Amino acid sequence: MEIYSTLIAILESGLRLCVPLVFACLAGLWSERSGVVDIGLEGKMLVAAFASAAAAGATNSAVIGLGAGIIAAIGFALIHGFAAISQRGNQIVSGVAINMLAAGLTALVGNAWYNQGGRTPPLEGDARFQPLTWPGAEAIDQIPIIGPIYAHLISGHSALAYCALVATILSAFVLRRTRFGLRIRAVGENPAAVDTAGVSVTRLRYSAVIIAGVLCGFAGSYLALGQAAGFLTNMTAGKGFIALAALIFAKWRAWPAMWACFLFGLLDAIAIRLQGVMVPGIGQIPVQAIQALPYLMTVILLAGFIGKAIPPKASGLPYVKER
Amino acid sequence: MSTPIELPKWADVSLVPVLAVIVAFLVAGLVVLGIGENPVKATLLLIQGALGSGEGIGYTLYYATNFMFTGLAVAIAFHAGLFNIGGEGQATMGGLGAALICLQFDFLPWYIVLPLAILGAMAMGALWALIPGYLQVKRGSHVVITTIMFNFLAATLVVYLLVNVIGKPGSMSPETRVFADSAHLPYAHEALAYFGIKIPKSPLNLSFVLALLASAFVWVLVWHTKLGYAIRTVGHSPTAATYAGISIGRITLITMAISGALAGMLAVNEILGVQGRLLLEFSSGYGFIGIAVALMGRAHPIGIILASILFGILYQGGTELSFEMPRVTRDMIVAISGLVILFAGALDGLIRRPVAGVFARLLKSGG
Repeated sequence: MEIYSTLIAILESGLRLCVPLVFACLAGLWSERSGVVDIGLEGKMLVAAFASAAAAGATNSAVIGLGAGIIAAIGFALIHGFAAISQRGNQIVSGVAINMLAAGLTALVGNAWYNQGGRTPPLEGDARFQPLTWPGAEAIDQIPIIGPIYAHLISGHSALAYCALVATILSAFVLRRTRFGLRIRAVGENPAAVDTAGVSVTRLRYSAVIIAGVLCGFAGSYLALGQAAGFLTNMTAGKGFIALAALIFAKWRAWPAMWACFLFGLLDAIAIRLQGVMVPGIGQIPVQAIQALPYLMTVILLAGFIGKAIPPKASGLPYVKER
Repeated sequence: MSTPIELPKWADVSLVPVLAVIVAFLVAGLVVLGIGENPVKATLLLIQGALGSGEGIGYTLYYATNFMFTGLAVAIAFHAGLFNIGGEGQATMGGLGAALICLQFDFLPWYIVLPLAILGAMAMGALWALIPGYLQVKRGSHVVITTIMFNFLAATLVVYLLVNVIGKPGSMSPETRVFADSAHLPYAHEALAYFGIKIPKSPLNLSFVLALLASAFVWVLVWHTKLGYAIRTVGHSPTAATYAGISIGRITLITMAISGALAGMLAVNEILGVQGRLLLEFSSGYGFIGIAVALMGRAHPIGIILASILFGILYQGGTELSFEMPRVTRDMIVAISGLVILFAGALDGLIRRPVAGVFARLLKSGG
């Protein structure tokens, strides 16, 4: 039983850690499917985390916080969109700029406003998304085997965690089954064809970039209002890049993206769990080895040693209308 | 809109980047105003802190050394049409390379240890760029993504080694023992004192000279050798390069190796010059600012030296400024770098187009 409850605890913390990754990864999915490469996921999450913590602290409302986070992330997404779509600038360069701008501005403004070395004052109560306990979770928890699954894995997460699942379902459905989704995918593969069909490439790509902003807004708000209680300097700590890795790992598809994020969240949970633990027969497993796995697996996958990850054909290329 | 924007060459290499930097500074000034400080006063304090004393100038040039190495690394890759955003990881590995040599051989005299350690830093940096290059050439995975992943891989590898293998036993912080004096690159004030010249103490060390030599090397290589011609051809038109019999794969590998070696030399300044031991996160974002430096310097060594000095001024002045105006922390410099990358890189056309318009009108009225 001891092992079983440990397993449940690891799965539970893996679920929590994967939520921001899922949002960010779906953001990347939308953007890159439309042909706009986005390495600025990290920066957009970071501004969203800061804006949501600041707004939630000022209004004592987590929902307003989320709204502020989404607006901030959309703002940064539009900078990227303007550079990538309207100005036909280099999308990688723009992404790097977004990340640096976000890291610098959040720390600078956070320090100037709150005087706490860049962090926002701790949030509590309604200013955070509290875990939702599903009906009967405590009673059912007593049932062996199935009980903990219901009480800890299905129940007991913040509203935003369930939103991540909804976002995956919606993204998969819209991209796969709707006309808008088809056009988004088409504009990422062959924008000229979409243009010839009389559909605006610019408008499609902007909508995808804005959707990416909304999703990054959710990701950052979850970090500041769900996982932690407030904003910390550079609290995304590379999660945007892990999400990017997960996106490649999922070969730019929605459901695999969620599973890849869950896998990477789980690895993170295992790494935290194994810190300083002696495993019988093996000794101490270096935590860093587990932390490095997502990056290593992505490199190996990209290099085509296990399967092949092929990005959308027109991703990274600005579209120039023919005259 | 889609016609190429024609500009006289001098305007292209000097006017456009200068305007981009001015726009970036104006936006940064608005931010300073937004947090309730006076941007003019902040600028004066910053310049005073960076250039107002011998010590300040020393620090400015010491920071500029780092930016020169990482800026050159990004620039040479640009010339071959490659985007190396792995400077951070390559510098980290450079530190590891230098440290491994120093830990083994620092009982030997300086004229053996130092060259070996510098080569070690360059070799490890080159290796960490060569693998992504190889994966692009042979396996088709793009260097941009691979170098990002390699940044994280380098960071975790060095944490592991410092905690478990080469860290100082009994020390709480993950760092190696301090190297012997023979593995220390002399400070500028020590070197000049040898010739009887007295300058104030600062972390400025002989790496600065190495950085200038590296700039000269890049200039000669790119514009005055056959290899440099091949690199630029691949960067301009891979198809033309193939027709000319240039192997794109070979040029990619060579360029990535040189780029990584240059990024690795950041460790020469930080580890051999200043810290005297390997510690975590000594690269602290210099790799990324190198992108801003390369864009601003238009990938030319002279531009890069000037841009590095500007960022050195920002770094040192920013530190002094944060003492005088505690609300304006050094994070300001990270934000400014982001703005420079945005305006000199991704939003380049925003500045270039109006400038081209002005020139077109001037030419018309003149002719």
